[in-house]
Amino acid sequence: MPLLELRDESAGYDGKSILREVSIDIEAGERIALVGESGAGKSTLLRLLYSRLGDAAALMPQDSALVQALTVFHNVYMGRLHKRSVWRNLRNLVLPAAADVEEVRKVLAPLRLEEKMFANVGQLSGGQYQRTALARALYHPGRVIVADEPVSSVDEHQAREILATMNGEKETVLLAMHDRALALEFADRIVGIRDGRIVMDTPSAGMTPDDLDELYLSEGAVAA
Amino acid sequence: MILRRDSSPLGRATSGFLLVAFVCLIFADIAISTGDPWREFGLLLTGIVTPDFYQTDSLALAIAYTLAFALLGVAFANVIGFGLALIFHYRIVRVGCAFIRAIHELFWALIFLQMFGLSPLTGVLAITIPYAGIIAKVYAEILEEADQRPLSAVPVGAGRASTFLFVRLPDAWAHFRTYSMYRLECGLRSSAVLGFIGLPTLGFHLETAFKEGLYSEVSALLILFYLIIATMRVWMKKPLLPVYLIGAAAILPWGVAFSWSHIGRFLTEDIIPYPIRAGGDNMMAALGDWVSMLMVDQIWPGTIATVQLTMIALVATGFLTMAFFPLISPLLLGRAARTGGHVFLVVVRSTPEYILAFVLLNLWGPSMLPAIVALSLHNAAIIGHLIGRFTETLQLRLDAVRGVNRYFYEVVPRIYRPMLALLFYRWEIIMRETAILGILGIATLGFYVDSAFADLRFDRALFLILITAMLNICVDAISRTIRNRLRLQTTLEER
Repeated sequence: MPLLELRDESAGYDGKSILREVSIDIEAGERIALVGESGAGKSTLLRLLYSRLGDAAALMPQDSALVQALTVFHNVYMGRLHKRSVWRNLRNLVLPAAADVEEVRKVLAPLRLEEKMFANVGQLSGGQYQRTALARALYHPGRVIVADEPVSSVDEHQAREILATMNGEKETVLLAMHDRALALEFADRIVGIRDGRIVMDTPSAGMTPDDLDELYLSEGAVAA
Repeated sequence: MILRRDSSPLGRATSGFLLVAFVCLIFADIAISTGDPWREFGLLLTGIVTPDFYQTDSLALAIAYTLAFALLGVAFANVIGFGLALIFHYRIVRVGCAFIRAIHELFWALIFLQMFGLSPLTGVLAITIPYAGIIAKVYAEILEEADQRPLSAVPVGAGRASTFLFVRLPDAWAHFRTYSMYRLECGLRSSAVLGFIGLPTLGFHLETAFKEGLYSEVSALLILFYLIIATMRVWMKKPLLPVYLIGAAAILPWGVAFSWSHIGRFLTEDIIPYPIRAGGDNMMAALGDWVSMLMVDQIWPGTIATVQLTMIALVATGFLTMAFFPLISPLLLGRAARTGGHVFLVVVRSTPEYILAFVLLNLWGPSMLPAIVALSLHNAAIIGHLIGRFTETLQLRLDAVRGVNRYFYEVVPRIYRPMLALLFYRWEIIMRETAILGILGIATLGFYVDSAFADLRFDRALFLILITAMLNICVDAISRTIRNRLRLQTTLEER
């Protein structure tokens, strides 16, 4: 039985339809990259998948969405907010408990963020900021990660590190990516989206970035 | 061909307010009635430059009480206001808060004075209640403006309380702290003024010293007050807060007794309009007479004077602001001159308008003039400070003109809109203060309220206070409409 299946789903906002009759099956353990032009509907499809997965999935939103006024520890701890009582959450907000600090430390150490644990996220560099957002998603107990452009604001070296960690730590990975080479390298299945429809769904093995060209040609260019 | 300039909405609003203020001024009594006002002024100046810190033993106690009322009042208001901010989406809460903050802290104090006498409860509640209404509104706005994006990353299934604690509260917290400090400054001013109606704070000693002509003592009291406000950021530290609060609670004279039966009678009998209390067959007719009598004799003249004074003071504040902000603007003055400007503005805005009006009234005799000058000086110092700071963010091109030309061509056009926004924002505050200055003898609504309390006609006093509150709520609504229509906005830091 697949982890998730969509059948002829449409979605949009403000009465504007972005996704049109999309169908997709996702198995546990797959690493899927959604590729396509900006505005094609990647984020909308990702949100739709995330909403179906419920608390089985951790989300890495496009803008990282860290709480500026809190420390790295608190932002990462938020990944398990739903698994802890309000009292424990309140307690950790005021005075972090040793046990929770230790758990968060284990997530932060491989991401080289251990020393920044009690720094405010406002003081972090771009890469540290993105890795903190990843740490929050990793600390989330869900086996699935849904990440919208998780490496858009870091250099290629850091991007590889983040994507490799994601693949290593989570069972199922659903990504939206505009970098085609990285998408092919880290995903085993490529789902191409254009004008709100899935127009390509193939294993990534053996593909080159040029094979994705058709997704990026504008409508006018195709007509010509 | 004659080219006509289109009139802009800002220009029309400005000329409208100027015209209204001018008409109000024509009918205003602004005469100086004392025989030799400048002789007394000379004596006052002499006193100001020769402060006497050893004159009175009670000086320290007056300062301590002033601090204690402000700290406890603002602390309770913070707790209650925060709680109300969380449920501010209920209409009843919004309306309730608008109502309690429309009544000035001195009116609240006059009411509680009848119930609790000179018990510290009177002073603490008088600050707590209106401040809770103000804080609730501002905190609700802060929470609304907090960064909502992290909400998307909260795991599905996290409770509302946890989400609030981790996502909405942290960003708002820093704003809460800044705003609390500002409120404490306001609380200190309110606390000082509470002395004028008999509580043992600074105002009480100030009034006594002033009436006896002990100007050196007045000067010492004011200098200490400025120092406390100017150094607030040094002594107000989070870890010390519990110490201050316990200390404040400990020094206040809680022993002053009050009787519950007395309070009960005040609430269930004294404040009920007399015709209803008396009952009888023609109760409704008697009540009608009572209301129309109050309407003709007190509410109508009081409201006219209040509105008249408010409009003159509002426009005068605008003019003075234009003169005050350059004093601290790096675009217009050098560093040395600006330091002097800062000191001047701090002193003027730290002096409660009530105290300024009291001093001027004693120098010039009763008329609207002392109130106009006091209100516009105090408010212009506040807005001038904010606008002066705003000009620090402006970048002029290198070859921009200098001097008077720079002021009129480069600076004023850039600050005019934010200045009007702040001015309209303070309109309601000026109105509230105008009403209260009536206690000093200017015939605004506060004058009739104070007289009613003095005559022990509490039913009339309460009715007049309600009318005053309604007037404030109306002005607040008009100001908000004008600000929306002219798209004038104030930022969080300026509230």
